[in-house]
Amino acid sequence: MEKKQPKIEINEKYCKGCRICVEFCPTKVFEMRGFVASVKNPEACIACMQCELRCPDFAVTVTL
Amino acid sequence: MSNKVAFLQGNEACAHGAIYAGCRFFAGYPITPSTEVAEVLSNELPRVGGAFIQMEDEIAAMAAVIGASLTGMKALTATSGPGFSLKQENIGYACITEVPCVIINVMRGGPSTGMPTGPSQSDVMQAKWGTHGDHPAICLVPASVQELFTETVRAFNLAEKYRTPVTVMPDEIVGHMRERIVFPEPGELEVINRTLPSVGPGEYKPYDTRFGDVPPLASFGSGYRFHVTGLNKAEDGFPTTRADLVQAEEERQVRKVEKAIDDIVTYEEYLLDDAEIAVVAFGAISRSARFAVNEARKRGIRAGLFRIITYWPFPERQIRALGQRVKAIITPEMNLGMTIHEVRRCVEGRAPVSGIFRVDGEPINPAQILAGIQEVR
Amino acid sequence: MGFDYEKYIRPGKLPHIWCPGCGHGIVMKGLIRAIDALALDRDMTAIVSGIGCASRLPGYLDFCTLHTTHGRGVAFATGIKMAKPGMNVICVGGDGDGVAIGGNHFIHACRRNIDMTYLIMNNHIYGMTGGQFSPTTPFGARASTTPYGNPDPPFDIARLAIGAGATFVARGTAFHASQIDKLLVEAIRHKGFSVVEILDSCPTTFGRKNKFKSVIEMMNHLKEIAVPVAAADKMSAEQLQGKVLTGVLHREDKPEYVEEYGRLVERVRESMEG
Repeated sequence: MEKKQPKIEINEKYCKGCRICVEFCPTKVFEMRGFVASVKNPEACIACMQCELRCPDFAVTVTL
Repeated sequence: MSNKVAFLQGNEACAHGAIYAGCRFFAGYPITPSTEVAEVLSNELPRVGGAFIQMEDEIAAMAAVIGASLTGMKALTATSGPGFSLKQENIGYACITEVPCVIINVMRGGPSTGMPTGPSQSDVMQAKWGTHGDHPAICLVPASVQELFTETVRAFNLAEKYRTPVTVMPDEIVGHMRERIVFPEPGELEVINRTLPSVGPGEYKPYDTRFGDVPPLASFGSGYRFHVTGLNKAEDGFPTTRADLVQAEEERQVRKVEKAIDDIVTYEEYLLDDAEIAVVAFGAISRSARFAVNEARKRGIRAGLFRIITYWPFPERQIRALGQRVKAIITPEMNLGMTIHEVRRCVEGRAPVSGIFRVDGEPINPAQILAGIQEVR
Repeated sequence: MGFDYEKYIRPGKLPHIWCPGCGHGIVMKGLIRAIDALALDRDMTAIVSGIGCASRLPGYLDFCTLHTTHGRGVAFATGIKMAKPGMNVICVGGDGDGVAIGGNHFIHACRRNIDMTYLIMNNHIYGMTGGQFSPTTPFGARASTTPYGNPDPPFDIARLAIGAGATFVARGTAFHASQIDKLLVEAIRHKGFSVVEILDSCPTTFGRKNKFKSVIEMMNHLKEIAVPVAAADKMSAEQLQGKVLTGVLHREDKPEYVEEYGRLVERVRESMEG
């Protein structure tokens, strides 16, 4: 079966740029773009969901 | 009439009045001289399916009362001086959140621990100004065991009607004396319940002024979900710092009581029609005053008594009118001069106002008041 | 599937007021997931708080919410639970709110074993007032009122709760986000007074003064100090130096207050009939 790519979204209106998702993503999916996080390597996502769980600002959503 | 008659202590009558008014929740903390209110309710509330809880302190008791009231229950706490001071924080919370509740404060000597078993009338200013910020105040000062019963019922009615805390403040004498009381039959006294929302949960706002200055209050657990905060809030209950909304809400909260003065303010006039000298008194001291007025009349002095029953809002209009028609006013009170300032404010110099003050734990007796009447004659 | 948090958030209330990197948002998400997992009836659930950053939490959530006075949340919540025993009552707040000004209410709620859950977000500082030391600020730490280091020894909230009689006590951290809802599910299910302490971080006021260069360092610190209770059994006292136990720390069955009071009322009313 083909691996389905998780969809990662960042709500820029909610993101406060704390960098938690950027620093703790085990596969370095995120980067900072200005004051907010953004998705750099979506294909690297292993759907561990830690970014969504640890985002304090309800800004990161991972849809499988 | 087949009304039940009993010989009761004031504090006991107060507790029975609360049950009559539909109070089904009490939270308190032991303190002299109000503890009998708690003792009686610990016995009575389970019998009517209500809840009694003795909390860890006075602050918690006031908090629990507000929490219970938010579920739609009529709730009461009882305390005395030091406890009343501790409750002020959450009384302010009940004011700004507009949660109905009743506080009994049986007045004892102070400040601080003062004279726990001695009577006093020195908390009347605290009843209005005790908690910080602008807020309305309703405070009732009964003078007999019977009246402590009926005023407790009225306190619940006013709390429910105007969505605000109401304080009942007997002095220790009224709280502890024993008198004959006639229990009103169910239905004999009016019992008012708060207005519940007429709109559905989707449309409900806890401070919706479309329904007037006293917006309907929904109960937690009744299908209405809303937010309650001690921060300045908008109509929807959520915090706001918007100047126009804060100003309007604060003004409405004070106005809802101020404009209802005729409904709230009660007093008794005794032999005032032709009086030259008026004694303005309340609570136990009004009983000494009545005796003194009668004695003065026997001596040919036209004296009369204005008895305050609703202390806050203060009976301003009535006292002003009194000042226009008498030659002198005397305010005997168990403090070092509190009511006298209110009376002077209302009279605006039209009549001289003098006081008789005692804070030694002894009541002001009729002879003292009679002497005062003779002095100003 | 991404979790739909917004289902439980009041419309228009996000973004919340908490600073960048503040752990309170992580904890709030854990609470939402726990409530969702338990399928609590929203109309019959009250969320109560005191004053402080953490105590702003209830305002975001679509339940019966009560933001009270400083430290008094548990006392208000007690009134709600006694008056309406059918309601689920969850109280939330911070360390200063809960164990300084509200300490008396806290220990007595533990003693009474009244059926509610108290979620304490412990970030070791008074954040809202600008970073004064709290009763959980570590000894020697800097705060705006301990410019020379904190001379006060701290409380261990979980041990305090156990000592005072709470019948369920758990601890987690904001770093271990996926554990928060699991602890809360167990706590809310528990009959009696349950306490969940979540070690949290305040980068704005605690971090800056205590040589944490960033939120990331604070999160890493939480990661390093946390030791699950099961793992701690196999560790020496030396290895446990400076560590904090996480997981369910205490659980016991004791009579619950509101149920006991209900039985008392039944007994009284039966005796009236008889």
